[in-house]
Amino acid sequence: MSIPLNSQEVLDREYLEIRGKILELAASLDRLERAEGCVNEDNRMSLIRQGLQILLQDANESKASQIQMLFSRVFEDNWREKFNL
Amino acid sequence: MYYFDPHIHMVSRTTDDYETLAKMGCVGMSEPAFWAGFDRGSVDSFRDYFRQLTDFEPKRAAQYGIQHYTWLCINAKEAENVELSREVIKMIPEFLDKPNVLGIGEIGLNKNTKNESTIFLEHMELAIEYNQQILIHTPHLADKYQGTRMILDMLTADSRVDPSRVLVDHVEEHTAKEVLERGFWAGMTLSPVTKCTPQRAADIIELCGAERLLVNSAGDWGPSKPTAVPDLILEMRRRGHSEALIRQVVYDNPIAFFSQSQNFTFTHPE
Repeated sequence: MSIPLNSQEVLDREYLEIRGKILELAASLDRLERAEGCVNEDNRMSLIRQGLQILLQDANESKASQIQMLFSRVFEDNWREKFNL
Repeated sequence: MYYFDPHIHMVSRTTDDYETLAKMGCVGMSEPAFWAGFDRGSVDSFRDYFRQLTDFEPKRAAQYGIQHYTWLCINAKEAENVELSREVIKMIPEFLDKPNVLGIGEIGLNKNTKNESTIFLEHMELAIEYNQQILIHTPHLADKYQGTRMILDMLTADSRVDPSRVLVDHVEEHTAKEVLERGFWAGMTLSPVTKCTPQRAADIIELCGAERLLVNSAGDWGPSKPTAVPDLILEMRRRGHSEALIRQVVYDNPIAFFSQSQNFTFTHPE
């Protein structure tokens, strides 16, 4: 099933919300840069950068699903063997 | 619009919340057993908790015209204590004949460990032995995808498990489709930080369809909003979805799923 609103209606409804979320994100990144120390080597920063790149892709796959998978632990098919279950 | 909250932890909420929920259209709810915020020390502690779920809470809910049902288990966070878990599983049958018990839940995984998996399988055995429905907790955040896949592995590997009698809760964008495609029911949890917003839940309904899809607040003692289901109703109305579709998700679906339990004697409001 599709969303009953057309894309113009979605944009009209969500533009300010999206703008606000981008601003919050920008301020968070500013805060990280202003704070003492360096977290560039922290793996979470790499995940954040990869997440931002996903947002800019013109992909057929859902961006939300891609973001979810980016921040997920890897599933291994042979987990039951490893646990001896 | 009347609605049914299929996953809410009312032992953590005040009587004022029952009143507010009733005013917002909640006419029924199911309360899975879960973690108290600390690890309990003995099987008797669980016995008292199950008495609260099967005796006190239905009476408290009834004062506001809400029909209260429940599910019993030891949750995944306490499953690392395998010895205590087995004592609790052995004790649960004492309560399965109580009139508001729908089945075994919310069982599942938390950090996806061997002990959690072992206790999950033993809960599954209990449900099969007593012909009980199952309600499942999937892990949070980074552990969700891996844990959900592990849970689906365990369920589908056992031919005695009927997927149509299992509800897998806390699904999100990356887990909902697979849960539904394997024949299970799926529940979305509306939570301010760790789970789904009403907007994303509406997106998932649009992407996956409303069949076998439920929505809940999972209100508990932590940051949560017991009145979250009406937020989804409003979001779907704002998008222009039909009242019939909204009703299917928030009322018809939970009642259809729970009706498979012999103890479910829900009376529709006039």
